[in-house]
Amino acid sequence: MPFIPHTKEDTKAMLETIGVSSMADLFKEIPSALQTANLSNLAPQLNESELSRLMHERANLDNHLTCFIGAGAYQHHIPAAVWEVTSRGEFLTAYTPYQAEASQGTLQLLYEFQTMMAGLMALDVSNASLYDGASALAEAILMAARHERKAETHKVLLPRTIHPLYREVVKAIVGQHDHIELIEIDFDLKTGQTTLEKISGDRFTALVIPQPNFFGVLEDTDELTDWIHKKNGLAIAVVNPLAMSLLKPPGLWGEKGADIACGEGQPLGIPLAAGGPYYGFLCCRQDLVRQMPGRIVGRTVDAEGKQGFVLTLQAREQHIRRAKANSNICTNQGLLVTASTIYMSLMGPEGLRLTALASHQNTVFLQEKLSKLSGVNIIFNSPLFHELVIKIKQPVDEVIQKLAKFKIQAGFALQKYYPELGNCLLICVTETKTKEDIEFFTKKLKEVIDQPVTTRAET
Amino acid sequence: MSGTIFDISKSGRSAKAQMPKGVNEKHNIPKNYLRKDKPLLPEVSELQVVRHYTNLSRKNFSIDTQFYPLGSCTMKYNPRGVHRLAFLEGFLNHHPLSLDENSQGFMACAYELQEILKVVTGMRGVSLTPMAGAQGEFAGVAMIRAYHELRGDTLRDEIIVPDAAHGTNPATAAQCGYKVIEIPTGPDGNVDIEALRKIAGPKTAGIMLTNPSTLGVFDQNIQEIAKTIHSVGGLLYYDGANLNAILGKVRPGDMGFDVMHINLHKTFATPHGGGGPGGGPVAVSERLVPFLPTPIVGKTETGFRWLTKEQCPQSIGRLSAFMGNAGIILRAYMYARLLGQEGMIRIAEYATLNANYLLTKLRKAGFTPAYPKRLASHEFIITLKNEARDLHINALDVAKRLLDYGFHAPTMYFPLLVPECLLIEPTETESKEVLDAFADTMIKILEEAKTNPELLKNAPHHLPVRRLDEVKAARELDLVYNPQLPSDV
Repeated sequence: MPFIPHTKEDTKAMLETIGVSSMADLFKEIPSALQTANLSNLAPQLNESELSRLMHERANLDNHLTCFIGAGAYQHHIPAAVWEVTSRGEFLTAYTPYQAEASQGTLQLLYEFQTMMAGLMALDVSNASLYDGASALAEAILMAARHERKAETHKVLLPRTIHPLYREVVKAIVGQHDHIELIEIDFDLKTGQTTLEKISGDRFTALVIPQPNFFGVLEDTDELTDWIHKKNGLAIAVVNPLAMSLLKPPGLWGEKGADIACGEGQPLGIPLAAGGPYYGFLCCRQDLVRQMPGRIVGRTVDAEGKQGFVLTLQAREQHIRRAKANSNICTNQGLLVTASTIYMSLMGPEGLRLTALASHQNTVFLQEKLSKLSGVNIIFNSPLFHELVIKIKQPVDEVIQKLAKFKIQAGFALQKYYPELGNCLLICVTETKTKEDIEFFTKKLKEVIDQPVTTRAET
Repeated sequence: MSGTIFDISKSGRSAKAQMPKGVNEKHNIPKNYLRKDKPLLPEVSELQVVRHYTNLSRKNFSIDTQFYPLGSCTMKYNPRGVHRLAFLEGFLNHHPLSLDENSQGFMACAYELQEILKVVTGMRGVSLTPMAGAQGEFAGVAMIRAYHELRGDTLRDEIIVPDAAHGTNPATAAQCGYKVIEIPTGPDGNVDIEALRKIAGPKTAGIMLTNPSTLGVFDQNIQEIAKTIHSVGGLLYYDGANLNAILGKVRPGDMGFDVMHINLHKTFATPHGGGGPGGGPVAVSERLVPFLPTPIVGKTETGFRWLTKEQCPQSIGRLSAFMGNAGIILRAYMYARLLGQEGMIRIAEYATLNANYLLTKLRKAGFTPAYPKRLASHEFIITLKNEARDLHINALDVAKRLLDYGFHAPTMYFPLLVPECLLIEPTETESKEVLDAFADTMIKILEEAKTNPELLKNAPHHLPVRRLDEVKAARELDLVYNPQLPSDV
C-alpha cells in the first residue's frame, strides 16, 4: 500500500487497542447504503519507476519550442538556487504558519517578501500573496468598493487594455457583487493607450491602470492617476513587477501616487509551468491595510523581547470573522512567494533592472527588424516594454501554425478578444532570447508571410 | 542569527553569475516613465542568499521533519518523486497559451485527473481550475446561484451553514451575495435535524456541509438532510476539506450532494508550501455540469482540447488567468496514479484507523474526547476544559509545549463550539510508533501540568523564539522592514 507504513501486526494490534475486530467496524456509524464507492474504473497503481516513464513520455509531448509568447506569462532565467532552496522539505511541506514559534522560517521570509514588494511598488504595505494576478485584480477592486463605504453602488473603470483573461476573471468574481458596476473603457487605435475621452459621469470608485498594458504599450500613468483622483476615486495599478525595477512604480504615479497595486508575480522566479501555480501580489497605502484580503505578517517580539514574526490583522479574515470577513480567502501561494523572495534576493535591484532592460532592448531589436519587412506593420506608435503588436496580411492563426513547424511559438493572436485588431499578433521577447533567436524569428516570419495566402494550413 | 536579508545587504554586491550579459543603457522609454530611485531589495552574494534561506528553512516545522497532526489540514506525506517529475522541462517551460497540439502531455494528465475525481466523488462533471478550497467553494456557490437564477427562481437568498463549519463556508456564501443562516449542532455532533427542518424553505438556496464534520464525526442523518434540502428546492454543497476520511469508501455524490470541492493539497498530497499553493477542483452532479468554471479539458478524436466559454456558454466563467494551479493538478494526478485502485481504497481506512487508535490511547490516559460516544472519523477532538478548570492550563499551553517535544501542535480552538479543544488528524501515512510517541508525550505534558504548570505556560522553551506577542504585532503594525530602524533586538 503506497505510503501506508502499517505492517499486518501493527494493524491487528491497533484494532485490538481500539476494541474492534475489523476495519469495517470503524465505519459502522456510516449507513451501509452509503458505503458504495466503486473504484473499479480506476487504473491499477503504478510504482515510481513506471510513473516516471509515463511522465517523461507526457512531458515530451509538450512543446520544446522557442517561446515568443508573453501575454501575462513570461519566460525568464531562473537561478538554480531558487528552486533548490525552495524545494527544501521545511519550506515545501509546512502548512500555513498557525504556530508562529514553529514557523519562523516561513514567517520571516514572508515579511521579507512584503518588504520587497512594497519597495518595488513604492507603496507602504504588501500582503503575503493571493492566488494569481487576475484574482488579485478582482480582490483589489473589491477592496476599493469596501473603502468607499458610504456609496450604495460602485462604478469601477476597467480599460480594455487590461489582459482580456484578467477581465474575464474580474467579471466572474466581482460579478457576484450586485452593487459593483464594471465599465470598460476603450483605447486609442494609434497609440494603443487607454483613452479617457469618451467617459461621461463624475463619480467613480476606481480606475484600473495597467503598466505596461496588455499590448506591451506604456501608459501615461501620471495622467491617469491624477484624473481618477480628481474624481475622488482610487487608482488601482496592475503592473508587471519586474518592469517596476525600470519604470516609475505605482506609489509615485501622478501627484499622489496610486492607492493600490496588484499583479502577477510569475516574472519573478516562477516557471511558465502550463499556467501555474503562480501568485498574485497586492500592495497598498497604509490607511487601506484593513481592507486588504489575505495573510499579512508582522514583526513583533517574544516573551524575552527577541524579534519574531506572526500572522497579524487576522480580525479581517474568514476564520475569525466568518460571514463578515473581507474575503473568503484562506490559502495564499506561499511556495511561489518563497521562490520569488529568493529570486529577488539573488537578482537584487540591479539584476532586476538589467533583466527588464535586456528584455526591452531585445524587443526593440525585434521591432527594428520587423519594421523593415514588407507586409508587417508595427501598429502602435507608443513606447513599449517587452511586448509589441504587429499586423500582417495573413490570418494570424495560420502563421502561428506555420512558425511552430520551425520550433517557434510566435505569439498571441489578438483578434478573438479585439475584433478591431484583425490579423494582429502580440509578440514578447525577454532577456532569454539571443540575437540569433530574434534573427531566426524574423527570417522565418518573412518566409511564411511571403508565401501566397492559403485558405487553410498545409499538411 | 535572526537578522533579515536586508541586514546583510551591501551596496554594490550581487550574484554576478545570474546577471544578464551585454546590456547597455540604451532604451527608448520617455524619462518621465522611468524609475529614479533604487528599490529596497537586498544586494547580496549567491552564497549569502542560499545560506540565509537555508537557515530560515530550518526554523520551520514540516511534514518532512516532524509529525504534523494539524486537524482538518491532512498533513500526509508529499511524495518526492511527484515533485521531481513536475519539474520535467516539457512541463516547466510550457507556456499556458501554447497551441493545443503542443500541450497534449499536460492535457492528458488533467483530463485523466478529471475522470479520476469523478470516480472517487460519484459526481458527473469536474473542473480543475479553482486554485484553493475557498475558490472551489466560491465556484460552487456561484454555480448554485446560477442554477437558481437560470430557472427564474430568484427569491432564494439564504445559504444554511452549520455552526461547526469552516470559516470559509459562511465567508463564501456572503461573497456570493447570500444571507448566512447558521444552524446548531446537536449533542451527538450531528446537525440538529429538527432545527434544519424549521429553517429550510422557499428562501433556501442551499446548504454547505462537511461530512464527516469538523467535529470529527460522520453525520448519520446525511440522507435525511439531503431529502430535507432537496424537498424545498435547495442544493447541497460538500466542503471537501475532510474527504480523506471517506476516500475510497463513501462518495459525496451518493450522499446526495450536488456540488463539492476537493482540496488537492490535503487529500491528494500536493505540497502545502507554507500556506499554499492549494488546489480546489469542483465536482458537480448532472444538473450543475453546464455551470462549471472554465477552462475544462475535453477529449475529441484528434486529441485533447480546451473547453472555454464558447463551448460552455452557461459557465460561471473563469477564475484564474490560465489553468488554475496547473502544476498542482499535475502533482495530484501523479499521486492518484501512484495510489491506483488498490491504494485509493485504503486511504480512508488507515486514516480512520490511525485517528481511532490515537483517540483510544489518549482517552485511556485521561484526556476527554469531545464526543466520547462516537467513533472518530479521520480526526477527533479532545477538550481540555477540565484541565483548564482544575490545573489552570489551556489548549494553547499544551499546544506550545508539544512544539518543545518536536511535534507540531494540533489545530487549536477550532471548531469554535468546543471549549479548549485540540483537533487532531494523524493521517494514514504515520506509523504506529509515531502515534505511540505522540500519545506518550501528551501523557508527559499532562503530568507536567500537574507538577510544574509553568513549564507549559511559558512554552515553548526550545524553539528559535519564545511565545510571541501577537497583540503587539496587531497594535504596533510593523509589516515591512525599515532600514532606519535596527533589526534583531
